Amino acid sequence: MVKYIFKRVLAMIPQLFILSILVFLLTKAMPGDPISQAFIGNPNLDPAVLEELKEKAGLNDPWHIQYVRWISRLIQGDLGNSYVHKISIAKLLGDRFSNTIILGLATLVLTYLIAIPLGIIAGRYQDSWADKMIVGYNYVSYAVPLFVFALLMLFIFGFRLGLVPTSGSVDPQVTKGTMEYYLSRLHHLILPATTAALLSTVGTIQYLRNEIIDTKYKDFVKTARAKGTSEKVVYNRHILRNSLLPIAAFLGTDIVNILGGSIFIEQIFGYPGIGQLFVSSILQRDYSVVVVLVMLSGFLALLGTLLSDIILSIVDPRIRLED
Amino acid sequence: MNSVDLNVEQKETEKIEAPTGLAVIWRELIKDKLALFSFVLLIGLVLFIYIYSFFLNQDEITKIDLMNIFARPNAQNWLGTDYGGRDVFGQLIIGARNSLTIGFLITLTTSLIGITLGVISGYFGGWVDYVIMRFIDFILVLPTLMIVIVFVSIVPDYNVFHFIFIMSLFYWTSKARLIRSKTLAERELDYVSASKTLGTPDWKIILFQVLPNLSSIIIVNMTLNLAGNIGIETGLSYLGFGLPESVPSLGTLISYSTNPDVMQNKWWVWLPAALLILVLMLCINFVGQALKRAADARQRLG
Repeated sequence: MVKYIFKRVLAMIPQLFILSILVFLLTKAMPGDPISQAFIGNPNLDPAVLEELKEKAGLNDPWHIQYVRWISRLIQGDLGNSYVHKISIAKLLGDRFSNTIILGLATLVLTYLIAIPLGIIAGRYQDSWADKMIVGYNYVSYAVPLFVFALLMLFIFGFRLGLVPTSGSVDPQVTKGTMEYYLSRLHHLILPATTAALLSTVGTIQYLRNEIIDTKYKDFVKTARAKGTSEKVVYNRHILRNSLLPIAAFLGTDIVNILGGSIFIEQIFGYPGIGQLFVSSILQRDYSVVVVLVMLSGFLALLGTLLSDIILSIVDPRIRLED
Repeated sequence: MNSVDLNVEQKETEKIEAPTGLAVIWRELIKDKLALFSFVLLIGLVLFIYIYSFFLNQDEITKIDLMNIFARPNAQNWLGTDYGGRDVFGQLIIGARNSLTIGFLITLTTSLIGITLGVISGYFGGWVDYVIMRFIDFILVLPTLMIVIVFVSIVPDYNVFHFIFIMSLFYWTSKARLIRSKTLAERELDYVSASKTLGTPDWKIILFQVLPNLSSIIIVNMTLNLAGNIGIETGLSYLGFGLPESVPSLGTLISYSTNPDVMQNKWWVWLPAALLILVLMLCINFVGQALKRAADARQRLG
């Protein structure tokens, strides 16, 4: 087991390395550089001074030298500075990163809170009207694009009904640490998290439904029934115990999907997280921030798939044996 | 006596002849009323959009008319006008046409790449398969959306073809995986071994024997992909990283809603485009699901 995890972690390194080169080259190719960008509204600036500033920042060096400088700092934990915000990227990320994590966790919890009961109902009462409704919901949530759904939710619950705030992560007037503060955060969180969760239940519901329908007709379940076990015990002890565990394996993919969707969710709900920071950094050509954000997302995605595989190999030993 | 018997037998075998692909699909559509309704609605919408856009003059529609800003829906402008006084209905039709066309083109290019690499990977196996699969594994863990956005923002003289190219670079992987796994199963079947024994060249077996047997899966996958690609394109256009400004998309219209005033009070600018995407997505998916069932005999309703 330890060997398997070790091998998987080792396999991540070349992937991260290739990703870092790709991302670095891409952002170097972005038009405009941060220094000229920072002085764009300043016609009095002498071009020679600008050139000197660039030279000082090392922007005129060949790319591989810049890359090595950047990556060695990154490995040491120095994320660099944002040219636009004039502060260190670590500082810039701070709150936004935790905002995104909070939103992601809330989305995950809600996804499972919705998906697991629905999957169980659909599988247990197969072909009932409840099952048909759930399968219908699954079709629809698979088909609807996240950003359209998010906009409609915001329009209905935020603007028309006025039930929830339409942007931000917290009411700016409340003081940090009070009860009011946490309630306000929750209030701001509820709509984006529900919206994202409602569309990320597809995989789990479908898996659980199929799995329960499959298990229902297996011999050990028949035996349990034949022995006179009550229906409740058959489901809780025999079927669910077998079907629920592998769901943990979706965790990784779910994390990857939620991170990907966070760009839309945060942009639409005006929620200050890394997705929103990414879009604004691209628009402002703040590419030192862009690189870090892409790397961070790539790293989290790799971590997510790793987590999935590890959980899966614990639940299903056949997979481990293959490697 | 004997000849009569033979005749009877022949007639019976004719009766149980397997229905052709189209007949199966048609039966499935008739049985699934929702899919049938979606199919008719979809055909109607697409025809309407393409034919109507043929009579529209894009320059006329995108001309700014400052006397007529944010007009409510009226007889002249069926869905009112936007911040530049431009007709929303006309933009909706042109945007829908562009989104559909580009979604379709991206589906074609990603299918071409995905099917080619998937079939090669599955059919030949060995180190070819290994290299292609590792490559796919790498692309799959990339934060695709972010990288596409970075790509879009660095291309000089950005146009529609750049967009299609960038999308094609990243969105073929899942299709290649699907086709590979199906080809792996197909490769083991007797007809392939028989052809190989007879000395048929590999490319002939792939093109004329394996691919036709995968056609139903390919069609289903392309249909569902079309919906997905339109979703991604409009989403990126909404964020401002999709189609260039000269080619309005449905996402462009929806992006006007970033202004809270438009979102709140000028719903006619963005809501129709959002609903149109919703309807198109649902229709394509319902038809796609029916096709999926038709392609798999165990799931058929009809």
